[in-house]
Order: sequence, then structure tokens, then C-alpha cells
Amino acid sequence: MSFENIYWGDIAAALGQTLAMVGGALLLTIVVGLPLGILLFLTGRQQLFQAPVAYGSLSFVLNIIRSVPFIILLIVLMPVTVLVTGTSLGIRGVIFPLVVGTSPFFARLVETALREVDRGIIEASLAMGASTSQTILRAVLPEALPSLFAAVTVTAIVLVDYTAMSGAIGGGGLGDLAIRYGYHRFQTEIMLVCVAILIVFVQLIQAGGNRLVTHFSCR
Amino acid sequence: MVMVRLESISKSFAGKDGPVSALDRIDLSIAKGEIFGIIGSSGAGKSTLVRLINLLERPTGGEVFVAGERVTDARGERLRELRRSIGMVFQHFNLLSARTVARNVAYPLELTGRYGKDEITEKVARLLARVGLSEHAHKYPRELSGGQKQRVGIARALACEPQVLLCDEATSALDPQTTGAVLDLLRQINRDLGVTIVLITHEMDVIRRTCDRVAVIDRGRVVEQGPVTDVFLHPRHPATLRLVREAEPDGGSLEAISASELGSSTVRLTFTGPNAHRPILGRIARENVVDYAILAGRVGHIREAPYAQFIVSLSGRDIAGAIAGLRASGVDVELQGGPQTEQTAVTSPRVGERALHVV
Ligand SMILES: Nc1ncnc2c1ncn2[C@@H]1O[C@H](COP(=O)(O)OP(=O)(O)OP(=O)(O)O)[C@@H](O)[C@H]1O
Ligand SMILES: [Mg+2]
Repeated sequence: MSFENIYWGDIAAALGQTLAMVGGALLLTIVVGLPLGILLFLTGRQQLFQAPVAYGSLSFVLNIIRSVPFIILLIVLMPVTVLVTGTSLGIRGVIFPLVVGTSPFFARLVETALREVDRGIIEASLAMGASTSQTILRAVLPEALPSLFAAVTVTAIVLVDYTAMSGAIGGGGLGDLAIRYGYHRFQTEIMLVCVAILIVFVQLIQAGGNRLVTHFSCR
Repeated sequence: MVMVRLESISKSFAGKDGPVSALDRIDLSIAKGEIFGIIGSSGAGKSTLVRLINLLERPTGGEVFVAGERVTDARGERLRELRRSIGMVFQHFNLLSARTVARNVAYPLELTGRYGKDEITEKVARLLARVGLSEHAHKYPRELSGGQKQRVGIARALACEPQVLLCDEATSALDPQTTGAVLDLLRQINRDLGVTIVLITHEMDVIRRTCDRVAVIDRGRVVEQGPVTDVFLHPRHPATLRLVREAEPDGGSLEAISASELGSSTVRLTFTGPNAHRPILGRIARENVVDYAILAGRVGHIREAPYAQFIVSLSGRDIAGAIAGLRASGVDVELQGGPQTEQTAVTSPRVGERALHVV
């Protein structure tokens, strides 16, 4: 094994792609998943807008998406991806399936985080004359902030995993590089470097997330 | 003037096998400016009752009036406006842990959207000074003691200058000393601001120290109500007797003794107000040449007013004269014994029964 013929330029480019995919997909996952999570929370049993049918239907759809293995979701979604983004390749083509794949997961985490907020706080807010939206925005979400940051952290790590998979079908990024060189061309050292970078990346996300969680924990 | 009126209020919850009744045709009138106590043992329906006043709970029957206005089906902005005029204090404080003390108190003001930043800061400072927390304005709730947390809860509840303050077991999570301080604060607020206070509790002591009038609720019904002096010194309903007994240091020997028949010369004497400090009993006994034995008694205060109550067995020449003399001096005399009194039904407290009510 020799580390002399490692293409650092390619690796740097792949790292850039991974960062772009994880960052872009994370942002969109939050944009899509947070409202879904709030909706799940509100329509849940004994909650502010208890609505069993709405909750059941949404829950059912999200569970279906969650039960499809991501690699299969990628393939199944390809035509839709092309329709939405114009391509199924590259970063643009990959972010759409990534968002579809992680949003239901993130929405569930949001639901759980919001349910952990003490009911007494919601009741106090309403008793003070807050509307439902004020209660959610000014009381429930701020109270749940540490759990929400934890949810974002877990989702970001799942996204790192998914980007590696999507790389395999033309997405680019470190996972793609590792598979192309390490698996198809038997250049194990490139694969090792890619994996090492991914390990560091995940550790950094986790450490950053933990800091945010602690910083916003006022309990 | 009546501040809060509940008219034939019923509330039932959906249970596994049909609706479960929590409140059954409750009628209550709470006057403007008074401290009205609602007492009952656990599960009696106290919280449900108080939550109906600001419509956190909707009644299944009956009407709610606040300040003369029917609010039973208020919704939307009207409901929020109503809730702003009714402050609420909770047993477990329910403070926002992500906000400092000052920002917790600012919360209800921010919600209205009517006040500028400076105005809020100024109001908050005044509220914190009122509850004695000015130095803790920038702390988080987790850094406060229970009593301090409840003061924040009270300041917050007063922020929108409510006409009514609802306190649901506001002192139940506090130690006795802190309880006293918080009750004093509530009375001071009642006196200074004229806020009507509805105080929910399961402790008769809290009622005795704080309230003007009290309603006893038991299994969803009001079983007794009136001025605290009447209800506390002359409890009628078994539920009230039980609650009064729990407040007695020795488990209420007074009520227990009155149960066992002591003969027709046994009387219960109640001295209230200045009479509690006057040497009436000795004088009357001498004048009528009777002897007396004190069988049981309790002495204390209802709010600031002293009271003394004894079960006394009288013997000697002119018992009737003594009783007439006592009555003439303003002492409340109740003849004990004989099967016609309601106390016959009351047995001494059983351990199991009492344990049920220690929450
Ligand atoms: N949301 C609810 N759903 C079903 N039943 C309820 C609900 N809230 C209260 N109840 C029932 O109504 C009755 C009265 O409850 P409530 O909380 O008013 O009692 P409480 O007097 O406040 O008791 P505690 O002293 O324990 O607080 C109880 O039997 C309770 O189980
Ligand atoms: Mg209660």
C-alpha cells in the first residue's frame, strides 16, 4: 500500500461535494421536516389540534417512506428527481432524494422533541392569552431547542451516510470516490483516506451538535 | 359585585366506558375583591373547576360569567382577551426554562403586541419589585428555589393587570415556611391591587390563613360553602369535618369527642374576635355556680381574627343560666350529645382513611 499516488485534488473536490450535499440537504430537510413534525405534534392524541385522521394519514405516509431502504428510494425516485431538478446526477440530482429520505425521520424526531415539553408550559402559555401559533413559536419551540439541536445532529450524520450511498449512483462526494477507487480499482488507500475523512467529519458534527445542545439547555 | 359566577356547571370527561362526571351542577358566586377558597380532597374536581373559569376546560353544561359577562362560549380573540384579564398560578410553576426571570414575566406582555420594549422593561421591573425578586431578574428558573419560582409565577400572572387571580395548589409544592410567605404575598396583592383571588387547595390551613370565604367540594359537588369562620368552626358535611381534622395537630380530638355522647350538659363553645381573649367562661361559671371540665379544644387564628373553641362539660346549679349568660356575652353555644346531632355520624379518624388524603 502506498499513499504516494493519492489524488489529493480529487479528494478535496469530493469533500467539497459531500459538504455541499450534506449542508444543502440538511437545510432543506429542516425546512420540510420541521413543519411536518409540528403538524404531527399538534394533531397527535391529547394535543392542541387533536385530529386522529390527519395524524394517522400523515404518520402512515411518513412511515412508508421510512421503511423503504434509502438505496431503493434513490432508484425509485429517479424519474421524479429528473422532473423536479432536471437531472438525477450530481449534487443537484442527489439533494432531492436525500431530502425525501431524511425529512420523515427528522419530522419524527421533531414530534418527539416537542412532546417532551412539559404540558404545564403549554397550558400556562394559553392561560396567559397566547394563541396556538404564539404558544408553538414562543414557548414550545424555544423549550425544545436542545432536543431539536440533537435531532439536527443525528439527521446530519444520517445524511453523511446517505450521501455516500447516493454517490454510488452518480452523486459524487467522498463515498463515491471511495467506491470508485477502493472497490472498482482496488486502490484501497484512497478508500481508507475517504473513510478516515468521513469519520472525522461525523465526529465534528457530533461534537458541534453536543455543544449546541449544552449551550441551549437551561434546565 | 360578583366577579365570577358559575351557574349549574357540569363537566364530564370521555372515559373508557362512557362519560365520567368530574363536576356536577356547581353553583358558585365569587365577589369582587375577595379571596375565595376552594377546598377538597384529591380528585374532588378542584382543578377542573378552576380551569373552567378561564375556559382551559369547556363545561359540558351550565354557564360561566366573568365580571357580569357571559363567557361560556368565548373563542378566538375574545377568549384570549378574557384570559389576559384572569391570571393563573400553578402548583409546578410552569415557567419557561429557556427564559430568564425577567423575560418570563415579560412573556404575557410580549404576547399582546401592545407594548414597546422600554414599556415592557419598566413594567417587568415594577412587577419583580412587588414580589421581591429584583435582584434575580437575570437568573434562569433552574437557579431559583421553589418559593422564588412561585414568586416569578405570581409576577407573571399579574403582568396584564388581571381582575382575577386563579391559584391552583400554588403552595402545595412548597415547604411550610415558604408556603406562609407566598400566602402573605397573595394577601398583600389582594389588599393592594384589589385583585379577586380564587385559591385552590387541599389544606384547610391554607384556607384558614388566607381566605374570606370557602367552598368545599367533594366528588364533583359543592357540599358546603360560606365564610371561613363558619365553615372552619362549624363544619357540617363529613368531607369538611375530615379536612378540618387533618388541619388539627392531634388529628382533631375535638370532633372525635363530640361524637361520643357526653350527656346533655356537654356544650361546644366558640369564642371569636375579641371574645377569644376575654375571661368569659370563668366569670359565667362563678356567677351561675357551675363547674366546668374542658374535654377538648383548639385555639388559633382565622386570618387575623383569633378564635377559641372548647368542648366543655358543665355541672352544678344553673346550667341553663350559664348557657344563657354565655350566649349573652356573644359566645356561640352548641349543645352536644343526644342522637339528633350530626356529629354522631362522625367516627374518629381512621389511619387508612386519612392516608388517602395526604397528597
Ligand atoms: N383530562 C381529563 N380526562 C379525563 N378525566 C379527567 C381529566 N381531568 C380530570 N379528570 C378527572 O376528573 C376528576 C377531577 O379531577 P381534578 O384534577 O379536577 O381533581 P383535583 O380536585 O384537582 O385533584 P388533585 O387534588 O389531585 O389535583 C378526577 O376524577 C380526574 O380523574
Ligand atoms: Mg388539582
